[in-house]
Amino acid sequence: MAPSSGRRLASRTKEEPEERKIVGINKETVTNTVSTDYPDNFIDEDHAWDVDYFRSKFRVEWHENNEHEAQFSLIGLDASIANAFRRILIAEIPTLAIEKVFMNNNTSVIQDEVLAHRLGLIPFTGGKKGIRDWMTYLSKDADGQDLCFDHNTVQLSLSVECTKNKDAKPDETDPTKLYHNAHVYARDIVFQPLGDQEKWFSGDDIIRPVNPDILIAKLRPPQVLDMDLHMHKGIGADHAKFSPVCTASYRLLPTITITKPILGDDAKKFQECFMPGTIKLEKVTRQEARQAGSGYEGHEGENKAVVANAMYDTVSREVLRHDEFQGKVKLGRKRDHFIFSIESSGQWDSDELFLESVKVMKQKVGKLRQLAVTMVTENSI
Amino acid sequence: MSLLDDGFEALLEPFYNGKKLTDPISTKEDKFQLLPAFLKVKGLVKQHIDSYNFFVDHEIKEILKANRMIRSDANPSFFVEFLDIRVEKPDRADFSEFRVANEVTPHECRLRDMTYSAKIVVDVAYLREKVRVVRRNVELCRIPVMLRSNKCRLYGATNAQMELMNECPLDPGGYFIVGGTEKVILVQEQLSKNRVIVEADEKNNTIQASVTSSTHERKSKTYVLLKKDRINLVHNVLIEGIPIVIVLKALGGLSDLEIMQLVAGSDGRFQDDFVVNFEEACKVGVFTQHQALDYIGARVKMGGRGPSTKGPTPRRSNVEEALDALANIVIAHIPVEGLDLGPKATYVALMTRRVLMAHYNPKLVDDRDFVGNKRLELAGQLLSLLFEDLFKKYMNDLKFTFDNTLKRNHRGLYDPLQQISAAGRHITDGMNRAIQTGNWSVKRFRMERAGITHVLSRLSYIAALGMMTRISSQFEKTRKVSGPRALQPSQWGMLCTSDTPEGEACGLVKNLALMTHITTNIDEEPVKRWVFTLDSGVEPLRCFSGAEMHQPGTYIIHINGTPFALTRFPKRFAAKFRTMRRRGWISPFVSINVNTHLAAVHIATDEGRICRPYIIVKNGKAKIKESHLRLLQAGKATFDDFLTQGIVEYLDVNEEQDTLVALYEKEITKASTHVEIEPFTILGAVAGLIPFPHHNQSPRNTYQCAMGKQAIGAIAYNQFNRIDTLLYTLVYPQRPMVITKTIELIRYDKLPAGQNATVVVMSYSGYDIEDALVLNKASCDRGFGRCQVFRKYSAELQKYANGTRDRIGDNDGTQEKNRALSRDGIADVGGEIRNGEVLIKKESPVDTTPGIGNDRRSDEYREAPLSYRLHDPAYIDKVMVTQTARETQLVKIQTRQTRRPELGDKFSSRHGQKGVVGIIVDQEDLPFSDKGLVPDIIMNPHGFPSRMTVGKLLECLTGKASIIEGRRDYGFGDAFRSHPLEEMSKSLVDAGFSWEGKDYFTSGITGEPLQAYIFNGPIYYQRLKHMVQDKMHSRARGPRATLTRQPTEGRSREGGLRLGEMERDCLIAYGASQLLLERLMTSSDATNVDICQKCGLMGYKGYCSSCRTSREVAKMTMPYAAKLLVQELISMNVGVRLQLEDEFPHPR
Repeated sequence: MAPSSGRRLASRTKEEPEERKIVGINKETVTNTVSTDYPDNFIDEDHAWDVDYFRSKFRVEWHENNEHEAQFSLIGLDASIANAFRRILIAEIPTLAIEKVFMNNNTSVIQDEVLAHRLGLIPFTGGKKGIRDWMTYLSKDADGQDLCFDHNTVQLSLSVECTKNKDAKPDETDPTKLYHNAHVYARDIVFQPLGDQEKWFSGDDIIRPVNPDILIAKLRPPQVLDMDLHMHKGIGADHAKFSPVCTASYRLLPTITITKPILGDDAKKFQECFMPGTIKLEKVTRQEARQAGSGYEGHEGENKAVVANAMYDTVSREVLRHDEFQGKVKLGRKRDHFIFSIESSGQWDSDELFLESVKVMKQKVGKLRQLAVTMVTENSI
Repeated sequence: MSLLDDGFEALLEPFYNGKKLTDPISTKEDKFQLLPAFLKVKGLVKQHIDSYNFFVDHEIKEILKANRMIRSDANPSFFVEFLDIRVEKPDRADFSEFRVANEVTPHECRLRDMTYSAKIVVDVAYLREKVRVVRRNVELCRIPVMLRSNKCRLYGATNAQMELMNECPLDPGGYFIVGGTEKVILVQEQLSKNRVIVEADEKNNTIQASVTSSTHERKSKTYVLLKKDRINLVHNVLIEGIPIVIVLKALGGLSDLEIMQLVAGSDGRFQDDFVVNFEEACKVGVFTQHQALDYIGARVKMGGRGPSTKGPTPRRSNVEEALDALANIVIAHIPVEGLDLGPKATYVALMTRRVLMAHYNPKLVDDRDFVGNKRLELAGQLLSLLFEDLFKKYMNDLKFTFDNTLKRNHRGLYDPLQQISAAGRHITDGMNRAIQTGNWSVKRFRMERAGITHVLSRLSYIAALGMMTRISSQFEKTRKVSGPRALQPSQWGMLCTSDTPEGEACGLVKNLALMTHITTNIDEEPVKRWVFTLDSGVEPLRCFSGAEMHQPGTYIIHINGTPFALTRFPKRFAAKFRTMRRRGWISPFVSINVNTHLAAVHIATDEGRICRPYIIVKNGKAKIKESHLRLLQAGKATFDDFLTQGIVEYLDVNEEQDTLVALYEKEITKASTHVEIEPFTILGAVAGLIPFPHHNQSPRNTYQCAMGKQAIGAIAYNQFNRIDTLLYTLVYPQRPMVITKTIELIRYDKLPAGQNATVVVMSYSGYDIEDALVLNKASCDRGFGRCQVFRKYSAELQKYANGTRDRIGDNDGTQEKNRALSRDGIADVGGEIRNGEVLIKKESPVDTTPGIGNDRRSDEYREAPLSYRLHDPAYIDKVMVTQTARETQLVKIQTRQTRRPELGDKFSSRHGQKGVVGIIVDQEDLPFSDKGLVPDIIMNPHGFPSRMTVGKLLECLTGKASIIEGRRDYGFGDAFRSHPLEEMSKSLVDAGFSWEGKDYFTSGITGEPLQAYIFNGPIYYQRLKHMVQDKMHSRARGPRATLTRQPTEGRSREGGLRLGEMERDCLIAYGASQLLLERLMTSSDATNVDICQKCGLMGYKGYCSSCRTSREVAKMTMPYAAKLLVQELISMNVGVRLQLEDEFPHPR
């Protein structure tokens, strides 16, 4: 394909008609799912990618931003890009997790492998700068042996012994009162700084479990747990424990178009078909009732259904089930409006994670560009 | 909430419709609570335990009573008399009075490979020095104890006590531990004994009435056969069929008129049919009883009859012979007192009458497959047969010993106590061996049955439970008959309609339904007495002649198949009898039914009948009231109280025929006599796991019944204390989202085998065809389907005759294969063990033969290590060093592997939908919903249309609604109950989902929406035991069998993959001759031989030893097996000559 075709037809419109950007939500099918804004798809339209145009159209809107959950909209983006962010969030942002467990003693009922597996899944947090910038992946020497340094390994230890509580009441049946350390929690894991780690991870930045109340094991006297734990950096593609998110996903902004007026009791029922806040009821004004052909004639003062905030819609398609709304409403979703939801597992703040994903994406693009360049030069030789 | 945690508390709380204790109770909805109450009293395997208890408490005493005396032929005054017999509590076989504790727990027996058995002690009186001496508590023998029987240590134990004994409180019991293995005596199904069965053989145009008589002494079968209008009595002891009139004459010298009346009554049709039989008797000149006996006596088979006839018996006359045969052998179960053969004559006449009736009306032929005509033989009965046989043999042996001793020793100073105890060892051994091997041989019945016992399957809790309710049939598996295999309508409620294996045992192996009870024997004498006092219209049979017996409107009352009374008011009688039973005057397990076709009332008190409780309905109203259920809830009433109050009663299959049972309370009419306690109890424990089974195609439920037993999960609370040969456990088992009441009753929710997977029904990737599943890698990372495999390795350090014994060598650490060993020569706990490494460094003495005199044996030992032989490494989980009952040292090592799901591992939902993992996909590639939900499993929708497992869809929807709402009461999928599905759809809509469970999904690969809505929700998935790791196998080169030099067979021997006959046929048809040659010879057992072209025999090294020349010896390649065949034939003096030809003949 000639790369110059865009330039030649620069006069053609870049704007895509709004209705073409709507994914059709029908009773049994979803239509119009694929984007059409690529070059040479329509004769009098030019959809060649253009930075300035993209910049003018692209918007980010924040809806919610907590430590563990963030919701925001990316508007004016193609699904492939949005999806790339999602995929990177799940699988490619490095985090720190327990990777090696050195069992010194384990007399509990939980087997070594199972205990190790449980420990691995506990999310940890700590000095973010240290984890992100200073820590590196574990390196190996020529023989495949691990090369552990302070900048690639975090050492933790877990050492718990269950003993009888001599002060317990004689008729006590609750094991947590009857014994000391009957339950082992994530908070019992102790960080053991090595080398320069003191500098990065101390005070508030100490390496610690995100949730100190995660139950690891239950013990009875005289059972003992004693182990050293090594944390390494890794990515979610390798193991789910390295994934920084509980989940990261997006949905498209729903659209609800009321094509014919829905009035009275129907309006109420219509409202109930959606999640609260999606549809509001308004009174038909005198003006509307006077207007011929609007469908409101003679209904002044009655309730009519009006879309309040389509974002609350969960696309349950409940309206399409009822005959009375047949032909009165059209459901759809905006194909270029992505409502992202990122639930951080705690090592990072959820908004940071998105920026991190952009960073990773940039790196990948850079790498690809590099490869493309070398490919061209190699081929020319 | 009571502290006693027996798992039933939750059920007695009516949470089903979100109710609280104060809410109103409706009998319609809540009468199911009788079911937990029933199970609380009866338990799931109560039939085994009841039967065993009956044996050790009553039956064993009866047996002793019947064989109590031993008198010696040598000294007539000498005697040994057994006064009483008792079974004690289980203890150690190596009993020692010095030891602190001789009690033994079942768990110790499992670990130490011992037998969980108890002493049987007797009180014995005998003559010593002309004085009668009584010795009490003399040990006779040992008997294996059934777990949870009333002799067991676990009987009545609380959960805390069970825990101390390392026993699982949920374990059903009902099995034995012999030599450390758990053995179940399966329930055996048989045709009922001592009942007449009429059958028609259309091929031979015969009708026969047969009865299998079974008494303590003997078992025999008698037929009355109608063939070509003539009726004969056929029996094994008789050489040929005896005309029936002759038999009837022999049995009490009846006149022709009396015979005619006894058989045909005053009915002209029967008389016309029967009259020809008199000719038969006339023809052979039999007119009197004496003549008849003479005639029969001449046709009695000679030879040993019964074990009591020992030595030469004087030749008896024909009459004596016949009398003996008729009195003792033919129809042996009718007692003959003082040679009064009258009752027998009546019995034979009635059998004959049944044949005549069936001749007129083919509908009166009995159905062999009718469940009412079957009896179930349980552990107690089988043990009692065995014990009686062994005890009789013991008594004979003892008598023989006494005779021998007393012949030599006339002093009378003889104390037989020692022999009494010593000879009992044969009883112990006999019983242990029978349970261990499953071979039941009872000499006096000439019974030789194999496969009675099985090793209790501990693959999963359900497998063990399913085994305890299994019933095996005596029918041959190879015969292609459909009748016994088909589902019988009378199975309703008694035997599970779904749980049967596929394949050859299909329909022959059955399972008990949830509420069945199997009766034990009830003494019939008191019942007989009741019958006469109960109703004035009942009179004894012996007072009447045949004409009166068969008068229309007169009903013969049978007890256990034997006629004994007459009544003209059968309905009134039956009603009175039932009233008495409901009041508790008669045992609730005695059944009565009126058969109008045969004009008979049948009362049954025998053992092995299947029965089941129903709620009594009177005047169109169920007797159960809200107040009863309240009492039940409050724990102030038990099921047995309701039984004696006449609210519920047990009906056996025969009595069921007299009733009109309403399935639901709303269906009760004026005519109803009973109402079901709960319809889902027609299914068994294993089929009870399936949610919404009534929405599934029936075979799917059957498939699930087979697969539920293979599911990996928790097997028992003590699973980590056990050392089983093979044990599979799931790391994170979950209670199913959608359960049934059965699940709670059998407490599957406490020992589950599966996980709730979020399933999305769509096609994905193409790796999901043919039921393959797509798994989420992140789910597997987080522990989905993760399981553990434990294996046992054990070594016993034997002692040898010369005083040497095996030992465990020290590990000096020099050999690589001993890497895993600790210094003591046993593998270290927690360490890894790899293929070929040693687990136990056992060493055996080189010389184990006893040396003679001072011939010093060698002190050398050779290595006999136990090594680990699996490709995948494992960890040592446990090491146990102990002693067996034989006082040899026993070392058991358990290894452990933890496995995550991999490609090819087998999973199944609870609807007979199995599939293997086709691909494991990264989380980011999987489709996701608006809420970010990503599936654990993607299932291909093609699995649904042909399988029609609608239950699975309902499970999914119900599960989804119940997690949204967090409501346990939504998550019920009981069979034959109404479910609030509309409510669930509504709660889905309220939560923003689609009402039908189909949601909008986005592709994880492209990021674009999927073009259809996807059905999704939680479905309970079971991981099955079939795993790739255990089956994966390939071979290029490898070991060969010694004899044939062909590659070995099987994965364990690193065998080759066979190119079989059919594959060979394909290659022949295709003409790929070189490939054929390569596969069948070159790659298999090619060998080079020297063949002498002159004599055709094989030579060696280019030389023919028979021709003594090397001139015409040719080399050729042939299969070693062929060469072997030739040589073997030669060794058998079959000459074989190999003639060679040029493959490409030289052009001449």
